[in-house]
Amino acid sequence: MGMRKVAIVGAGITKFVRRAQETGKELSWQASKMALDSCNLTLDDVDMVTLGTAPDAFDGVHMKGEYLSDGAGGIGKPYMRHFVGGGTGVFSPIHGWFHVASGMADICLVVAEEKMSSCHPHPAGAFLTIFDHTTEQPLLPTLMWIFALEMNRYMETYGITKADIAQVSVKNKLNAMDHPSAQVAEKITVEDVLNSETLCWPVNRLDISPASDGAAAIVLVSERVARRLTDKPVWIDGVGHAIDTAYWATRDLSYPRYVETAARQAYEMAGITEPDKEIHIAEPYDPFDYKELHHMEGLMLCPRGQAAQLTADGVTARDGNMPICPSGGALGVGNPIAATGLMKIIEIFLQLRGEAGKRQVPGNPRCGLAQAWGDLMQMGTVVVMRN
Amino acid sequence: MKLEDFELRGTNLKSSDFKTGKVLTTEWEPDLKYAWDDGVAIGRYLAELGKGRIIARTCYKCNRTMLPPRMFCELCFRPTDEWTFVKDTGVIETFSIAKVNWDASRRGPKEPPLLPAVIVIDGASEGMGIMHMLGEVDPKDLKIGMKVKAVWKKAEERTGAITDILYFKPVAAKKKAKKKAAPKTRGKR
Repeated sequence: MGMRKVAIVGAGITKFVRRAQETGKELSWQASKMALDSCNLTLDDVDMVTLGTAPDAFDGVHMKGEYLSDGAGGIGKPYMRHFVGGGTGVFSPIHGWFHVASGMADICLVVAEEKMSSCHPHPAGAFLTIFDHTTEQPLLPTLMWIFALEMNRYMETYGITKADIAQVSVKNKLNAMDHPSAQVAEKITVEDVLNSETLCWPVNRLDISPASDGAAAIVLVSERVARRLTDKPVWIDGVGHAIDTAYWATRDLSYPRYVETAARQAYEMAGITEPDKEIHIAEPYDPFDYKELHHMEGLMLCPRGQAAQLTADGVTARDGNMPICPSGGALGVGNPIAATGLMKIIEIFLQLRGEAGKRQVPGNPRCGLAQAWGDLMQMGTVVVMRN
Repeated sequence: MKLEDFELRGTNLKSSDFKTGKVLTTEWEPDLKYAWDDGVAIGRYLAELGKGRIIARTCYKCNRTMLPPRMFCELCFRPTDEWTFVKDTGVIETFSIAKVNWDASRRGPKEPPLLPAVIVIDGASEGMGIMHMLGEVDPKDLKIGMKVKAVWKKAEERTGAITDILYFKPVAAKKKAKKKAAPKTRGKR
């Protein structure tokens, strides 16, 4: 395609917390500075900056991109905000990839930030206006409804139980105990999940990731710069993103087609024909526990309806054959929407460099994937990385 | 690099931090109002709801009868061709038993759970579901695949809104119920 190779060479992240003292700007600065420091660059070296952050309604700040521009290092540079709902954090490296792969930039700082805690009484209230204002909003829906509706449909289609799905939450919260950013890492059992408060059946409280504040950043560079900066670049070998219809009630809720579409783009670019064999480690988006399973299937990492069995068999554990969310995911590390996706990219980056510390998966993984999903449950974003 | 080698930033606040004045906050409660115009396709949809009927739009190219109706087919990217009345019955594609309100507040112990569902409407193309509520049913009896029928507001109380349908209630697949369900909503124009 005439595109240049693009590498990740640095990363930064804050702690993920329920309510941060820092403003969104300050969180962005903390993550950005750490990312630049990690690869011995300064802001002067950076050609372009991209920023991912989700709904303005969380912050009550109009044009959040502009508001966060100084914290993200964007002043005086080509700077652009992107926003595709929960898919934003994995769109962030795609947006940066465009700049570097096209030859427009040699060094691009990619920042993702979310501060959900400003919205009261609960940031969930900000989601009312994502529903169609005339045909849905008068029914006073909450976002949790459509997750519950999708989870129920998924369970029904494949004969999966709540207990099967709860294993994902148990696994990810346990994995997160080794992540220094983690907000809700804990050792729990399937019974704990099933006995937690029922919010919207079949969804219980421990099936859901928390609301969080946090930021993350990475540095993307061209091949020439990468060879100069590091002997351990991690290459972005495939990117894909796709959107499905906003008439969400007309979709097959048991299968995320939009994730498959995005994954097929990324796999084609990366030359992957057998994703279940060629991808060694993956960080699919897991804001709800069933979504990890849903997304594994959309990513074609296993046949449809089989992801729960792989989880039960320990295949997706950190020491399993195909580790899924070794970071601890949104369920364990926390879910500051845009920053979560980039946290997942950072986890794959560290895992492929063998630098994930206690979280390191065995077997020297060569190829990893991160995926996020968002908007009205319709946006798929996928990035394939190799060392 | 290892994350463990960095001192990660981000300061978690406790509720005591607000009481002791460690953190100061500035509040704003927006008092804005929006008036959303109904548009061409949804305008007719709402007008028909006001008459106790559900109307869809059909695209002759892909042969889909679409709900909610739309003046252009987003797949064929051409104008849709025909208004099509569909039934006010359908099948539960999926449902939830919700104990939280839109703002994540919990429903009170005496408030019944809300029963949102996706209902695939009879007469529309396969999979053409709409979100609406279920009622007149014990949540324990709900099942995916159940036949349901719209329960309408009284004609004089309808305003031309999605809420002119109060909810959908399960209907037994008996002959009597079928006879009742048939008239009024049938037919094309």
